[in-house]
Amino acid sequence: MADPAGVLTVLAADDEPGIRTGIARALRDLRVTAGAEGAEWSLRVEEAADGAATLERLERGGVDVLLLDHGMPLATGMDVLAALHGRDDAPLTVMVTAYGTLEMAVQATKEGAHDFLAKPFTPAELRATVAKAVRHLAAAREARRLAAEKRRVRFEFLSVLAHELKAPLGAVEGYLRLLQDGVLADDPEGAARAVERSLARLGGMRKLIFDLLDLTRIESGQKARELQDVDLAVLAAEALDTVRPAADARGLRLDLGIEGDVILRADPGEQRIVLNNLLTNAVKYNRDGGEVRVRLEGGADAVRLRVADTGIGMNEEEVGRLFGEFVRIRNERTRGIEGSGLGLSIVRRLARLHGGDVAVASRPDAGSEFTVTLPREVPA
Amino acid sequence: MSADTRPLALIADDDPDYLEQMRLWFEREGFEVAAAGSELEARTLLRRRRPDVAVVDLMMERLDAGFTLAHAVKQTDPAIPVLLITGVTAETGLDFEATSPEGRPWIKADAVLAKPVRFEQVRRELERLGVRRG
Repeated sequence: MADPAGVLTVLAADDEPGIRTGIARALRDLRVTAGAEGAEWSLRVEEAADGAATLERLERGGVDVLLLDHGMPLATGMDVLAALHGRDDAPLTVMVTAYGTLEMAVQATKEGAHDFLAKPFTPAELRATVAKAVRHLAAAREARRLAAEKRRVRFEFLSVLAHELKAPLGAVEGYLRLLQDGVLADDPEGAARAVERSLARLGGMRKLIFDLLDLTRIESGQKARELQDVDLAVLAAEALDTVRPAADARGLRLDLGIEGDVILRADPGEQRIVLNNLLTNAVKYNRDGGEVRVRLEGGADAVRLRVADTGIGMNEEEVGRLFGEFVRIRNERTRGIEGSGLGLSIVRRLARLHGGDVAVASRPDAGSEFTVTLPREVPA
Repeated sequence: MSADTRPLALIADDDPDYLEQMRLWFEREGFEVAAAGSELEARTLLRRRRPDVAVVDLMMERLDAGFTLAHAVKQTDPAIPVLLITGVTAETGLDFEATSPEGRPWIKADAVLAKPVRFEQVRRELERLGVRRG
């Protein structure tokens, strides 16, 4: 069964009734598999007996492929082509002619004809020509659909981004207004807190903008990768030092364990971003007095980086959404924890850029473990 | 200590800073504040005490938490004024009017204010709705 969406309308425009009937018969059972999804297309044939009827039918729209006879009365094939020229809804046109000359072919191509079919033609020739036209149409539609999808994703990204930037901006503005209106005039503690919170929200905005820049650079491929021998043990120790103040403030134990050879060819900047994001999360989403465990395991084909926390964990549904852009798991336990919602999406992109991937195992209220696998052979 | 005679404002917002700012402002205006960081918390507070006004953020743990919370407030007592605070209008172009004929039946709020909220605007709405001041 053909997909009902895969029915194309073919208009057979020819003043010889025998040709029109022949076309209808030859195309009746034709099925063309085309497009990325491998959809099956079938054809519905309509007929027009002269140039005027052809133009009238085209005016109503909905014709996908036009089989256009060159020498029809009332309006020639060339007249029809000229009328269609430049229209967005113009069908894919196959010129059908008994006296094909190079001159005519050039002229018709200029006017937008897609292909030619010389009379007399066999049913097999007709079917091959039409099948080619259908595949062309399917590819064009697919390209349009992908472009629209890309625009939609882009728009969604921008509107979420706008929201994520607006929230801290509004929070800072609110504190400033409270200070300006003198609401905190007799409340030095409140005023100090307002300033402290404003700075924290500005810090969050800065993090978001930096993450966004990372993401843009990865996405555009503009940042040249600098592959060199990188000792992950050194990078991990650096990253642990970066999060140590935040970990100390919450009484978290930091633990680094190394097994095997963990020196590999990689871009140190990328691996720093991966480590920083995972370790920051492990501290943020931990419980007070908990633990962050970093394990580096050098295997024959790949180096594995594991970051485990003893924090709030996630359920299966939350894990499923985790690596998307601007995904922040919102529930009672994550309230008040700030983040850009881009960190793990960046981690995954970087891991894949290296030819590896990232996985997570998690249990609510027990903790999460992220595993980044980095192959020793980096794709070019 | 004598019983608190100040009017009670129930404020619900999942952004701790917006919540804090509203708390500071309402206290300054002479209200006692019951602050809730989620719809669930707000419902718990609502069962315990009847507020004189409720200020609820639209998007909390769920996208429409504000709508359902406003509904719950009105079920407790239709006379409690509800201010719905929303950040969505500017991003989505989605506009709803609490007092329009289409909006009225399903949005159980007496006023809809866009984030970031101007405190002047809140003061005007409280006056318009005849909320008792401390």
